[in-house]
Amino acid sequence: MQATQKRNSFMKRLMGESQTLRLFIITVVIFIGFSLVLGDKFFSIRNLQSMAVQFPEFGILAFAIMITMLTGGIDLSIVGTANLSAIAAALVLTRLSGDGGAGMPLEATIPLAMLAALVVASLCGLLNGFLVSKVGIVPILATLGTGSLYTGLSYVITGGPAITTTQLAFIGNGSLAGMPIPVLVFVVLAIVFAVMLNRTSFGFNVYMLGTNARAALFSGISEFKVLVRTYWLAGLVAGIAGIIFLARANSAKPDYGASFILLTVLIAILGGVSYTGGFGTVSGLVLSVLSIQFLSTGLNMLMLQLSGSSAAIFFRQFAWGALLLLVMVVNYYVEQRRQRAT
Amino acid sequence: MSRLFRSNEVLVAVTIVLLSLIIGLNNPTFFSVGNLFDLLRSSIVMGIFAMGVLIVIVSGGIDVSFTAIGVFALYSTTRIMKEAMPDASIWIGFLIAAAIGLGLGMINAFFIARFRLPTLIVTLGTLSMFHGFLLFAIGNQIIRNVPPAMDAFARSALVRIPLERGMANLHPAILITAGVTLLVWLLLRYTMLGRGIYALGGAREAAERAGFNVPRIQYFIYGFVGLLSGIAGMTFGSMARQANPQDIVGTELNVIAAVVLGGAQLTGGRGTVLGTILGVMLVVIANNSLVLVGVPTVWQRVVIGLIILVGTGLPAIQSKRASKQGARLAEV
Repeated sequence: MQATQKRNSFMKRLMGESQTLRLFIITVVIFIGFSLVLGDKFFSIRNLQSMAVQFPEFGILAFAIMITMLTGGIDLSIVGTANLSAIAAALVLTRLSGDGGAGMPLEATIPLAMLAALVVASLCGLLNGFLVSKVGIVPILATLGTGSLYTGLSYVITGGPAITTTQLAFIGNGSLAGMPIPVLVFVVLAIVFAVMLNRTSFGFNVYMLGTNARAALFSGISEFKVLVRTYWLAGLVAGIAGIIFLARANSAKPDYGASFILLTVLIAILGGVSYTGGFGTVSGLVLSVLSIQFLSTGLNMLMLQLSGSSAAIFFRQFAWGALLLLVMVVNYYVEQRRQRAT
Repeated sequence: MSRLFRSNEVLVAVTIVLLSLIIGLNNPTFFSVGNLFDLLRSSIVMGIFAMGVLIVIVSGGIDVSFTAIGVFALYSTTRIMKEAMPDASIWIGFLIAAAIGLGLGMINAFFIARFRLPTLIVTLGTLSMFHGFLLFAIGNQIIRNVPPAMDAFARSALVRIPLERGMANLHPAILITAGVTLLVWLLLRYTMLGRGIYALGGAREAAERAGFNVPRIQYFIYGFVGLLSGIAGMTFGSMARQANPQDIVGTELNVIAAVVLGGAQLTGGRGTVLGTILGVMLVVIANNSLVLVGVPTVWQRVVIGLIILVGTGLPAIQSKRASKQGARLAEV
């Protein structure tokens, strides 16, 4: 009797209250599942390493979309921002150093290039923040518009083709203390976000604004300040992602990572970030990023093995969409149960 | 309020006239019959899509999956016609495409109406799902050898005007766009369902209290948009004489920009068929003719982005100002 009660409460915790634990179990199950099915093709040092360099690209972007979703908004321009920043960095690198450049030493150009990327990203983010908070455009439409604007500017600057430079490859391929640098960036960002959201008044205000904008207003929180900072931060994080894009691909182009918008929304929702704002944790997001990477690699291997055709890559596109809808439907039922329980 | 609609439509119309004058003075070919027919031809498919998007936006939602539905319907229909009924008429093709579109639209509707999920995230998901399924399971090669009925339809013309060199043809598919436009106008203007769509966009709660069956309206909206998208996709393919599974997807923003430019507001149950027609015309002119005044095509995306920002920014500022004025009046 007591045992069943205990199990019930454990199940309850698993279903509703501890979303992070639930996600942790899902992530582990996915990992073990693919390891069993695919054997050492999946569970090998080599595959683990290759997965480790893949996930920071969209993992970092997921932080950008997360913070905007916490306030009840969304930033659909993050990929456009990332590419525009990458192009700014690539331009600085190719114009000032390297073959046919102005002959500046690389030690000076590389920090300058990163600065350029972050400045461009900040401007993009600030424009979003201004449009959302001051002008009052719905975040979906404002960032849909600026996303098109930033991508368009990338096309205008490059004329279409990619700008190639291998000077950041040391970031993309390098490692520090045994950890690939992109992963390190991801980890640092995760810590910064965790501290910022849980320990600072800005973080508190973000959750507050997302939970109840009216209450936030009456408690003296400046919606304008919080929103501008939120979208500025999202832009800045997208700029960091842009630098990683450039470092990994050795080129910057206007249409890189078109699928990342869907992927980051999926990661956020799977990670327990509420699209109405106010709820979501860094630990949930990190677990979600990991499980998406396991799924991505695992599904690809599995479909290739099963069908053997090149069309297997399109299966992932289908799977991401289907998974997003599935997660939202599951959340719907979990929420219904929770409401019935209280 | 009606003054606001009118002023918005007048603004767009004036912009069209000014832009046409600027382009025409720089490059007189703009006003030729040939170019005019070209512009009309370019508005055919966007016009059909735009009528669907208008209904969604008026209802307070947003749909980004309609392009995937269009290309899904086009590609599947082309394969069905080729493999199962090579001699079928083009109308059978449109019927199949419309049915496929309706089916996919109902999937959107199911998630939106049954689970009350946000329309953007649902359709972002189904966009990826539909397109992925098409490429993975139905085909990812371009079909150039289309069935004879599609080929014949592509070559047909409603009006032929001989020019100095060749002919200026007006494609009969413009009648489909005209028919759809008329239908949507009647729907929004004269039916209870149309009232319901505006009511839902204005305030869901109020619409429910007023007795509208909101889920049923949503099933209609997303099903109907799917159906229109199927027809639009089929029209696109039978004018281009090929079925390319990578076509159409990625042009969502152009259509949304056109509808937003026409005065439809995502936030407030506003939007008119006339405004949408004008919006489509302006976007088509901007896309097709900026080159004529020396603006390179790489600027197209920038222009689309700016159109969306201005089209959504102006009403946002207006409504902010209005609510501030209201507050001041209340204080007095």
